[in-house]
Amino acid sequence: MYNFEVEQPTSVADAVAALGEEEAQALGGGQTLIPTLKQRLASPSKLVSLSGIAEMQGMSADAGVLSIGGGTAHATVAAGTAASYPALAALAGNIGDPAVRNRGTIGGSLANNDPAACYPAAALASGATIVTNAREIAADDYFDGLFTTALEEGEIVTQVRFPVPEVANYQKFVQPASRFALVGVFVAKYPDGVRVAVTGASEDGVFRWSEAEAALSANFNADALEGLSLSPDGMMADLHGTKAYRAHLISVLTKRAVAAAG
Amino acid sequence: MPKDSGIGASPKRREDQRFLTGNGNYTDDINLRGQAYVHFLRSDVAHGRITSIDTTAASAMPGVVRIFTGDDFEGVGGIPCGWQITDKHGEVMQEPAHPVLAQGKVRYVGDAIAAVVAETADQARDAAEAIELDIEELPAVINMKEAVKEGATKVHDDLTSNLCYDWGFVEENKPAVEEAFANAAHVTTLELVNNRLIANPMEPRVAVGDFNRSTGDSTLYTTSQNPHVIRLLMGAFVLGIPEHKLRVIAPDVGGGFGTKIFHYAEEAFCTFAAKALNRAVKWTSSRSEAFITDAHGRDHVSTIQLALDADNNFTALRTDTYANMGAYLSTFAPSVPTWLHGTLMAGNYKTPLIYVNVKAVFTNTVPVDAYRGAGRPEATYQLERVVDKAARELGVDPIALRRQNFITEFPYATPVAVEYDTGDYNATMDKLEEIADLKGFAARRAASEAKGKGRGLGVNCYIEACGIAPSNLVGQLGARAGLYESATVRVNATGGLVVMTGSHSHGQGHETSFPQVIADMIGIDESMVEIVHGDTANTPMGMGTYGSRSLAVGGSAMVRATEKIIAKAKKIAAHLMEAAEADIELKDGAFSVAGTDKSVAWGDVTLAAYVPHNYPLEDIEPGLEETAFYDPANFTYPSGAYACEVELDPETGKVSIERFAAADDFGNIVNPMIVDGQVHGGIGQGIGQALLEAAIYNEDGQLLSASYMDYAMPRADDLPFYQVDHSCQTPCTHNPLGVKGCGEAGAIGSPPAVVNAVVDALQSMGKDITHVDMPLSPARVWTAMNE
Repeated sequence: MYNFEVEQPTSVADAVAALGEEEAQALGGGQTLIPTLKQRLASPSKLVSLSGIAEMQGMSADAGVLSIGGGTAHATVAAGTAASYPALAALAGNIGDPAVRNRGTIGGSLANNDPAACYPAAALASGATIVTNAREIAADDYFDGLFTTALEEGEIVTQVRFPVPEVANYQKFVQPASRFALVGVFVAKYPDGVRVAVTGASEDGVFRWSEAEAALSANFNADALEGLSLSPDGMMADLHGTKAYRAHLISVLTKRAVAAAG
Repeated sequence: MPKDSGIGASPKRREDQRFLTGNGNYTDDINLRGQAYVHFLRSDVAHGRITSIDTTAASAMPGVVRIFTGDDFEGVGGIPCGWQITDKHGEVMQEPAHPVLAQGKVRYVGDAIAAVVAETADQARDAAEAIELDIEELPAVINMKEAVKEGATKVHDDLTSNLCYDWGFVEENKPAVEEAFANAAHVTTLELVNNRLIANPMEPRVAVGDFNRSTGDSTLYTTSQNPHVIRLLMGAFVLGIPEHKLRVIAPDVGGGFGTKIFHYAEEAFCTFAAKALNRAVKWTSSRSEAFITDAHGRDHVSTIQLALDADNNFTALRTDTYANMGAYLSTFAPSVPTWLHGTLMAGNYKTPLIYVNVKAVFTNTVPVDAYRGAGRPEATYQLERVVDKAARELGVDPIALRRQNFITEFPYATPVAVEYDTGDYNATMDKLEEIADLKGFAARRAASEAKGKGRGLGVNCYIEACGIAPSNLVGQLGARAGLYESATVRVNATGGLVVMTGSHSHGQGHETSFPQVIADMIGIDESMVEIVHGDTANTPMGMGTYGSRSLAVGGSAMVRATEKIIAKAKKIAAHLMEAAEADIELKDGAFSVAGTDKSVAWGDVTLAAYVPHNYPLEDIEPGLEETAFYDPANFTYPSGAYACEVELDPETGKVSIERFAAADDFGNIVNPMIVDGQVHGGIGQGIGQALLEAAIYNEDGQLLSASYMDYAMPRADDLPFYQVDHSCQTPCTHNPLGVKGCGEAGAIGSPPAVVNAVVDALQSMGKDITHVDMPLSPARVWTAMNE
């Protein structure tokens, strides 16, 4: 770790101002950033901690929309949304280990957009709205490839709004070492159709499987997915799975998610 | 009835009090006055020529004390290898120089190029980044079979090739083995890989070097399983410090698993630098550094063949193995694929003819050496996989095939140079069938199939050679050390005992189990006995802890020393009671005269030894302290039978272990709870190897699995509850405790059980798959099913 300054603003406005400085870096729960700093793979001159900002904490449900503050920890989401959005609660409760869940935040996860992270699948499958200090971004416009999002420099995810689906389920097949998603599939059924988002698999990060969405919108049953498959082209390959294996897992997990969503 | 004290009882581990409450004293807890910190600049390429190192700018950085490079070690010895193998042509192995810091070339990612000593660890690291380094990259030598081809790039320019040795065992048997194969009714062949592993003890390695200018004494604190071995190797071969001027202390050590046996360059560096700088120098490995500097384990590529006659008797066995040595020879590396592997190829079977060929190969990878089991898991895995495959090919029950070929008469001289003293392989197999409930397997398989899952049962046997080892024998085999163990038993005036032993404890529970033995011998409470280990200044020369040898060898030395104590105490007691020495009996902590009601307590005798007012001073010296060295007459041969049941998800290839049973014969047992724990831990690591762990290099020599993000360690939810039994006991015939050793059995016996079970599941699902290489990750299993 190199030396850096730390600032702990208590309002979004102060945080945005602090992030305007050269080489300043926002710090959410630090579950990705701190290990990166320890390995000396990043050298920000200033960390702007978002954990002391009250307006970025907590959850509220209103008119079928669940709003979660960007600074809310995974464990808080897991405990607080079990009734309002059980599939999301289950996802949050199965990220990393207890230390990660108690420190890591939803805003941090979505801003980082790790291609194997769980939250991007939930946000994209739910057609969530990513609220920042400056604007509202539809999930469909937000994710932009590996570790890349529509966020501008210094822009902070202050809230995420999830339209609550009729039924939903997230199936995560873990990479044996990291226990990130080797492939994760989030299926959410809304009155106007079904959305299917896949994490962990594609070289372009989280994506929607439109053929499956069409089939499931017509018939929300795992049988509707028979014969549907994705090409291995464009999938990731590493020590833990080939392109073909990941493409195959997407089909398997989508069926399981539909079956589990009921 | 379980005993509540002494041999056979299971008192809680007394050392856990300090381990679990944060009161342990580990090497990183040691901080000396004026201590400086070292950071090693390590190669990020696998193979290259160092064309220039410029430390000028780095030396001017804040806090830098001095920067060392390979040039500073001209005239200093290299890291020695402790075992010399003679190959099948009678030639000694090729043994490359192993400098403390790289000289001229770097040979693996992680090879230390320079060492920065600074006032703080961060300053050392900052300065290391400022060293200007030019390396001309050379092609990396990674694949062993490519490495030994004519014209391959050489890891060491001054050697004739990358072949360390080409070992044949027993070379004279080779023609007879060939003939047996020519005449065989059936031959089963299997090619397999024993995956490279990284031990990952919870505590990374640490070294603190210190030097006293007034006395000229050097001290090294280090994370070692065997401080005396480090003192000998480093003092005599690297730094030229006589043993009386060098003290090595290995305090609490947080797990070793083999990888802390070896003498590492960082230990020599810290000791050397402390003297050069006249101040203490400390190095603490980061976890990332541990992945690329701790010696790795296993990494064999083998082809094994089993010949059977028309009645399914094993008639011959032959195996060809390529064994990875890595870039340099670690302390015991050459012995692992040879004497700890070839000698075990008979396994539990009376195969009359065996030939083992091992080609040890240098590559641009981290040195490979002993890891829990060391050679014996590699032997067991090959043998038990090929026997399983043979059973399948012949359509016979794999347990019946094993039983038919079991050795049943002891002692038994194998065709691979060892003599098993005792064992009862049918007894452990009987016990296994019972505790694993093999009768219930069919119903459990049906239940799995009803859920759309496959289910497989894998059974195997193992034998291992522990209690390493008779010194004269290992000397003939190329060991450059003796392998006895020692103990000094000091009785204090008020009757308490301190045992100073060369056996180091780093998770084995010696501080609990060793006192149980002495308590039984004297008839006193265990709390009266304290175990001291880990410091060359206050323990007699000992060879340390590995090869499941502590109780069998170190415990035997302790027994011998205690016998001397008791013999002397009886003389004192005879004097006190004015009786003949031959009539004195020791029972329940009191000496009595046979046939009388005269007795004196243990404490009366020990007090007399130190306050010798009424004492036979003309016959014996005051005091009560004895030392014994014990050199075993043979290895010990623990054995057992293991069963694993897996469920396999055909859609994802995921294997889950549903049941695991182990029936072991460890001979006599001192603390059954500790033995259970050792078996549990060993099986955990064996399942880790079978399902999860793999150190993978790419063709450029970069370690792809260089962190826990990619190197999968077994976690609690990867492991089942175990049925563990060690009630089958054929005591060792040649050590005083009749013990055999239990530390490695689990890691040796479990990988073939898991793989046999997965193959069984695949076959039951109609897949014509006879082998999948470890680790059996979901991706590998699914790929095998869908190729």
